[in-house]
Amino acid sequence: MNRKSLAYPYLIWAAIFIVVPLLLIVYFSFFEGGQFTLQNYEKFLEDYYIKALFRSIQLALTSTIICLVAAYPLAMILSGKQMSNKQVILLLVVLPMWMNSLLRTYAWASLLENNGVINSMLQALQLPTIKFLYGNSAVVFGMVYNFFPFMVLPIYNVLCKIDHSIVEASYDLGADKVTTFRKVILPLSMPGVITGIVMVFMPALTTFLITRLLGGGKVMLIGNIIEEQFTRTRDLAFGSAVSMILMVIVLITLTFMSKKDSLDKGGGLF
Amino acid sequence: MNKMIKKILMTGAIGVWTLTLVGCGASKESITVYNWGDYIDPEVNDLFTEETGIKVIYSEYANNEEMYATVEPGNVNYDILVPSDYMVEKMIHNGMLEKIDTTQLTNYMHIDEEFKNLPFDPDDSYSVPYMWGTVGIVYNTKLVDKPVDSWDVLWDEKYKEQIFMYDSERDSIMVALKKLGYSMNTRDEKELEEAKELLIQQAPLVLAYVGDEGKGKMVNEEAALMIAWAGDAMVMMDENPDLAYAIPKEGSNYFVDSIVIPKGSKNIAGAHQYIDFLCRPEIAARNAEYIGYSTPMSAAKELLPEEIKNSEVAYPPKEMLNDEKMEMFNDPSDVIELYSSLWTQVKASN
Repeated sequence: MNRKSLAYPYLIWAAIFIVVPLLLIVYFSFFEGGQFTLQNYEKFLEDYYIKALFRSIQLALTSTIICLVAAYPLAMILSGKQMSNKQVILLLVVLPMWMNSLLRTYAWASLLENNGVINSMLQALQLPTIKFLYGNSAVVFGMVYNFFPFMVLPIYNVLCKIDHSIVEASYDLGADKVTTFRKVILPLSMPGVITGIVMVFMPALTTFLITRLLGGGKVMLIGNIIEEQFTRTRDLAFGSAVSMILMVIVLITLTFMSKKDSLDKGGGLF
Repeated sequence: MNKMIKKILMTGAIGVWTLTLVGCGASKESITVYNWGDYIDPEVNDLFTEETGIKVIYSEYANNEEMYATVEPGNVNYDILVPSDYMVEKMIHNGMLEKIDTTQLTNYMHIDEEFKNLPFDPDDSYSVPYMWGTVGIVYNTKLVDKPVDSWDVLWDEKYKEQIFMYDSERDSIMVALKKLGYSMNTRDEKELEEAKELLIQQAPLVLAYVGDEGKGKMVNEEAALMIAWAGDAMVMMDENPDLAYAIPKEGSNYFVDSIVIPKGSKNIAGAHQYIDFLCRPEIAARNAEYIGYSTPMSAAKELLPEEIKNSEVAYPPKEMLNDEKMEMFNDPSDVIELYSSLWTQVKASN
């Protein structure tokens, strides 16, 4: 048995569970009773579907940016040599991922209620209560919370791998901290950043669970439309067409992101 | 050589012995039941197994559409399903149900006449009524001061962000159509368009479009008003005495969930036994008390505790039910796509 043949089980798996379903989706979206048709795609051109698509992109982008801004400094601190208890903090970042995300989102839905734990505590402290739930901001919160580790870990990994002597060389040559960060650390960490962006943006773009639980069904994203077609309307053709549109958007994003050829150098995913 | 033969014989013997064991296991009779979540007293299944020796393999679904999506491809075989009226109609229409031989059911006589020969299964050959109920408004009497008797209250600015609607196109469009005075089974696109406009107008007042989790939230007083099925209302009112239930005067949905045997059932005889067991008044009463929904058997109703038996929520006066404003859903297959697109427009409107 050579080494190549070790890859066969995965190849077979991928063929059955990834390639075949994909082809089925393509088929369902273009053919109606054996006839080629574009009507499923035309159906999507209604303004409310387009609106849902743009809202998905907008919310996913917002949560990706928030994740990035919050995660980069954390990853920097964690990768620094002087951190003594960084294992603990790293564990705290990863710990929530040990639990099912559905469960955690349900928990947030009841924590953030008007009469939920957090508002009850505010009330006990004589502070005004806040209406957290149901709307765009609650959805963004849910996305940031759920996908934050996916941003921290790749950036942290790449930062750890940066040869410290390069950073020292920069200082020796007279660069201050800001310049070193801008010209040395940031460019070297880009693969991690790009992986992080992809890992957060993709699930945020396609989620339907967070919108339902934290958005109270009032935020209609592209994922919700697809889910509806498959579970309730049973319009497989239209559901497949919307999935295809979503996949094309994901593909465009990936191509755009992978223009940086640095993806293979560390945090790269694909 | 002898040793070899001995070994082979030995292996063979063990093989045969194992086979018999496995055979024994498989011959233990079982039925597969697929029912709504929280829709039976769990002990009832154990009682059935105790009495008949038939094991009950039980699983649950959240709504008719989910059940249909699971059953339709035909790769999972169930012996018992509990669809609602319109879904029974759809499944009969699609040839997905086995006939039920009611002569085999010794307890079938307990089913009240008014629940027989219903329009979705006119000669009762495919379904046996299990539970029934109405759709209405659950409201918190501490937060809503005027009496609730109309769907209009769900459009009242005063209750902005205090209203839960069901995240279900069928129930929401039903409410809007009823408020407009139309039939909830209308296929008139203009009427449906009006219903959509009404729901869009309501959207800013709605706190959330909820699923089953809405029940718990109502009990916790997250919102003041919610659409609910009477059976759920019974359970919610039991947990929070400030809650009350009303069927609006414009009329509403009146439903019957029935037991059916789908095509592909591997144990039709066992399924009949199970149906008969559920129709036994003591068992039906047990289920009705546990889940809060209304039983279609007077004999079972008589066995219920006074406060349930006399509850107008669970058992509204007959003249109310016979009012033509109370309707059952028809098979919605022909409008399901239109409904879905209308509902998307409503939810994407804000």
